[in-house]
Amino acid sequence: MLDLLVRALIGGLGVAAVAGPLGAFVVWRRMAYFGDTLAHSALLGVALGFLFDINLNLAIIVLCVGLALVLVMLQKKHIIATDTLLGILAHSALSLGLVAVSFLDNIRIDLMAYLFGDLLAISQADVYWIYGGGFAVIALLVTFWKPLLAMTVNEELAKVEGYPVEAIRLLLMLLVALVIAVAMKIVGVLLITSLMIIPAATARKLSNTPIQMASFASLIGCFAVCGGLWASYRWDTPTGPSIVVCAAFLFLLAYTFPFKKVKRFG
Amino acid sequence: MSKRLVVFDKIGISFDGRVLLDNIDMSISEGEIVTLIGPNGSGKSTLIRTLLGLQDATSGEIVRHKTLRIGYMPQKLHIDPTLPLTVKHFLALVRGVDKRQILPTLEKLGIGHLLGSQVHVLSGGETQRVLLARALLNRPNLLVLDEPVQGVDVNGQVELYNLIESIRNELQCGVLMVSHDLHLVMAKTDTVVCINQHVCCSGSPQHVTGHPAYQALFGVPGADESIAIYAHQHDHVHDDDGRILSDDSDAHAHNHTQCHH
Repeated sequence: MLDLLVRALIGGLGVAAVAGPLGAFVVWRRMAYFGDTLAHSALLGVALGFLFDINLNLAIIVLCVGLALVLVMLQKKHIIATDTLLGILAHSALSLGLVAVSFLDNIRIDLMAYLFGDLLAISQADVYWIYGGGFAVIALLVTFWKPLLAMTVNEELAKVEGYPVEAIRLLLMLLVALVIAVAMKIVGVLLITSLMIIPAATARKLSNTPIQMASFASLIGCFAVCGGLWASYRWDTPTGPSIVVCAAFLFLLAYTFPFKKVKRFG
Repeated sequence: MSKRLVVFDKIGISFDGRVLLDNIDMSISEGEIVTLIGPNGSGKSTLIRTLLGLQDATSGEIVRHKTLRIGYMPQKLHIDPTLPLTVKHFLALVRGVDKRQILPTLEKLGIGHLLGSQVHVLSGGETQRVLLARALLNRPNLLVLDEPVQGVDVNGQVELYNLIESIRNELQCGVLMVSHDLHLVMAKTDTVVCINQHVCCSGSPQHVTGHPAYQALFGVPGADESIAIYAHQHDHVHDDDGRILSDDSDAHAHNHTQCHH
């Protein structure tokens, strides 16, 4: 039992640490709905993974990236308002995923685990995926931090100064897709976005610089994982939702009490 | 003759059959200040965006000198309030910036004290100067300024124009400025280009105001112009808190004989 908890904790902390900084970008660029759409489509990725017998994480990443590319193309055509487009895609993808899963009757899928996450069920291989994917995401974030931030602050200025804005935008989508794939085991497709945006929004209250906000988001996410896991163990509540409730509680706490921002100019 | 940085060769842009710009010819040389004027919707911003590579021309071409390096100052800056950002961090985002240049550049523009301020709390005039600093940090030989004095009061406009001129003199860079206000720009500018889809007229400031095409767009100067320029004879400048700065020991006895505030 203790072994299980420790593994869950290690996995959860890895996901929270990565989801934090990326969540900051999702908040800054108002991509929350976009993240939701990608996350909802992840279930379809699971179904297709089973169907074609390929690695589930890989199937999710491929599907998320594919969907992100389709989204960008459709957005450029201005056929319909972006939020409407996202709404259509998010729920069609989720429904399509649920329908596809129902066809897989010879394979037993714990649907609840995919929708809401089951941290206590993660395997050693999952932990490797989380840390492998997590390190890749952090390494890319650190390497491309400046162009990513420059594009987020002002795309036109960034473009005039010679940043490859289109490529950077694509990179950010790829990173979001990667995080969704690794975070799915922890909180499930319906709650992934919350693990990205709630810690980041909480961190906003405490930060003066983008780097501060990204690091605090990681830290707050880790607190939420610890708290959620403890609550789940103590009261036998579902782990994923417990983590999100804990994150929401920290958010309320940060915005209720007048915390001083960390002063540091350097 | 100084080298030509940019030549617009018969630039035309149209969208869905609607002509935004037609047959635009103009050029900007090193050390030259060119002011682009025209009424709202005349295609000024579209022309600038084409130069910046943010939009493609439908016809014609823009010939850029191989050494061309643009410093761009956008009309305004919107940064999402969820993004905490100090002026210093904003300026550090310039591609390949030398971070040691950030503070000296701010000081040159008279806003060194804003280094640690959040970009969200800046006033209109302060934001313009921060944006100008960002354009300068790109080490340009052509400054492109889109309505640089928008939302700045008349005194501030005069200061900003003086600043731009001194930058031009120091760097010997070309300056392309968009404005919908001819009168205050005129004093410093070398060439005025008046466009309304096509080039209505261009030339020195005096030449343009006398041109029938300009008068048809903006009216005859002096005839139905309600705004006159009043030259304050200030012998002092104000510091950031509004106090009067003077190297004169008799700081408060500034000249009130000609200006009645």
